[in-house]
Amino acid sequence: MRGIISGDKFKTLLKDGMSIMVGGFLTNGTPEGLIDLVVEANIKDLTIICNDGGYPDKGVGKLVVNKQVKKLIASHIGTNPMVGTLMSEGKLEVELSPQGTLAERIRAYGAGLGGVLTPTGLDTLVQEGKEIITIKDKKYILEEALGADLALVGGAIADNYGNLKYNKTMRNFNPIIATACELVVCEPRKIIDEINPENVITPHPFVDYLLVGEYND
Amino acid sequence: MTDKEIIASRIALELNDGDLVNLGIGIPTLVANYVPKEKTVTFQAENGIIGLGGYVEGENEIVNAGGMGASILEGGAFIDTITSFTFIRGGHIAVTVLGALEVDQEGSLASWIIPGKKVPGMGGAMDLVTGAKKVIIATRHTNRGVPKILKKCRLPLTAAHQVNLIVTEMAVMKVEEDGLHLLEIHPSYTLDEIVKATEAELIINDVLPMKGVNL
Repeated sequence: MRGIISGDKFKTLLKDGMSIMVGGFLTNGTPEGLIDLVVEANIKDLTIICNDGGYPDKGVGKLVVNKQVKKLIASHIGTNPMVGTLMSEGKLEVELSPQGTLAERIRAYGAGLGGVLTPTGLDTLVQEGKEIITIKDKKYILEEALGADLALVGGAIADNYGNLKYNKTMRNFNPIIATACELVVCEPRKIIDEINPENVITPHPFVDYLLVGEYND
Repeated sequence: MTDKEIIASRIALELNDGDLVNLGIGIPTLVANYVPKEKTVTFQAENGIIGLGGYVEGENEIVNAGGMGASILEGGAFIDTITSFTFIRGGHIAVTVLGALEVDQEGSLASWIIPGKKVPGMGGAMDLVTGAKKVIIATRHTNRGVPKILKKCRLPLTAAHQVNLIVTEMAVMKVEEDGLHLLEIHPSYTLDEIVKATEAELIINDVLPMKGVNL
């Protein structure tokens, strides 16, 4: 870990056109303070990668409503009507990826792999334009690995070293995106002295910065 | 019993002691209410729970796969999305129960998109239908009189040839190599009414009254 970071310093790391992975499942475990800072910075043309489109007033939905998103890669967009509206107006590109596939594509990138072979999506719209590979008489879709410039990690309890464990169901995509981005910023719910090494889920070398200030408990 | 209760209580009979089960949103969720006391069934929520408990009003640290406040049972585990879909895709889920827009006699399912109208996305449904050992569809037999059980799905598929059993308020149907077998019918309906409400060709041999239904 490089250290702790203020909201103002975090905003200086943001640029137009960035790709950003955001943790959380229907905003459970999404770092709302970091999202608000991205809204304040008002950077544009973002590619957002998240399980879902959040809600209009919560999670990555706030970035969509503020027209900062050029492309959204997600498994589900039904909870944020704005995503559908902007998509049908041609103002937002949406790539739907099955949830398990999305997670594995991110994991693969973080693990230095080029992609994954999955049977999910065979004979559906999901396989369009993708290579089909047969192994031991079974067909699989080749799904490419997915990385990003910035990960926004939430739902965590951090220690002074930058190790993370996660609160209840807030774990979801958070430990996965922490492996797959150039820069990883976590907005912990709280910071404690040390997490028992047996309980660390995301070890500190994956984490660049912890956001501190009014954002934590 | 309401239509939803009929469907949910009948599907509960398909669950076996020791099964790990994933229930979709809507009617499938109700199945948990009808598991017989003598059976131990563990529920998974794909957002990251093994040992999902019931709804908890106002809870926001533990949510279920619909984003609603939920609980975790004793002996349960919180897991990340990779582990969750290792369970799902890796064949470690005994049964998944999901809803449908359309389902057909070849066992194909459409449930995630109505092009030009509604595009909610597939979420975890494609992985569940592909990876679970047994796929049960919980659906009303028709959508306001229009058949949902078809010869071939017309909407884009969630998965092809993965559905094992279809349970509606009218009937229980099983997908086999040779087609869709009508196994049970609800006593409130005649065979003729069921055939008329079904577009799929039903293979009809020995038809029983629907199990687990209190009239």
